[in-house]
Amino acid sequence: MLRGVLGKTFRLVGYTIQYGCIAHCAFEYVGGVVMCSGPSMEPTIQNSDIVFAENLSRHFYGIQRGDIVIAKSPSDPKSNICKRVIGLEGDKILTSSPSDFFKSHNYVPTGHVWLEGDNLQNSTDSRYYGPIPYGLIRGRIFFKIWPLSDFGFLRDSPNGHRFSDD
Amino acid sequence: MAQSQGWVRRYAKAFCKGFFVAVPVAVTFLDRVACVARVEGASMQPSLNPGGSQSSDVVLLNHWKVRNFEVQRGDIVSLVSPKNPEQKIIKRVIALEGDIVKTMGHKNRYVKVPRGHIWVEGDHHGHSFDSNSFGPCGTAQLLCPKDLDGIFVLVGLEMITAAI
Repeated sequence: MLRGVLGKTFRLVGYTIQYGCIAHCAFEYVGGVVMCSGPSMEPTIQNSDIVFAENLSRHFYGIQRGDIVIAKSPSDPKSNICKRVIGLEGDKILTSSPSDFFKSHNYVPTGHVWLEGDNLQNSTDSRYYGPIPYGLIRGRIFFKIWPLSDFGFLRDSPNGHRFSDD
Repeated sequence: MAQSQGWVRRYAKAFCKGFFVAVPVAVTFLDRVACVARVEGASMQPSLNPGGSQSSDVVLLNHWKVRNFEVQRGDIVSLVSPKNPEQKIIKRVIALEGDIVKTMGHKNRYVKVPRGHIWVEGDHHGHSFDSNSFGPCGTAQLLCPKDLDGIFVLVGLEMITAAI
């Protein structure tokens, strides 16, 4: 009787470990489902949208300008941020606001990216904390699955003028 | 004839079952708990690689300790290089967030470490590409702290190299 219960418990623990490890490998190396909160990526991603993120681009260093990425927050390593890549290393970024008379530029240093939210008025991003190292990027968001009215691939940036043309 | 076919199918089934159990478990263990790396370079002398190019130290990287991103001053950690995301560097944590650091060779003489960042330096000052070059570094880039007590010298194994 006791041996039967013990055997069942061990088998349960074994299966839990096995499926937990498979889940870890899937989320870490392939991708997963993410729920986004916050207004900084409107109108592309609204608060409480559910999206699908993939991690293969990060491992193969295939993140491009215009991709929406999930990254670890530079000020709090336990939370994640969701922004669009505006510039890669070496790009020239316009850092002055449109109302400034003198335009100031910054170059993105090697190994870093410049992130901005689509909702420029309400987004804490690289304009506030500077470019972030590439190593903080966790994955790339490319597909929205909830709400169903907005199901499908994500739109291009509404701020196309932010991308450098050279 | 039927018996040999049955043997092949049973073998293939057992192989697949074992493969799909062993590989994720091993990968998860190496990612989350601990893995082994070989140290290259001289930026952590004399603590690591005191022999220079003759012998490379082999160290145990303890992932479990940084699962909450908590490190102490004086820990040796391995992190993704801010200049080159394909490279991992090994340095010592000098200061945590909120501390003020007197720098050696940085453009500012004194730097206050921002929230969520740490200041790392190699033990071999002057021969080290560390926070004196690239400034404070985000805690989320930590791979793992080294359990300094648990450096086992493993001889003759192939392992991941950590470039300095």
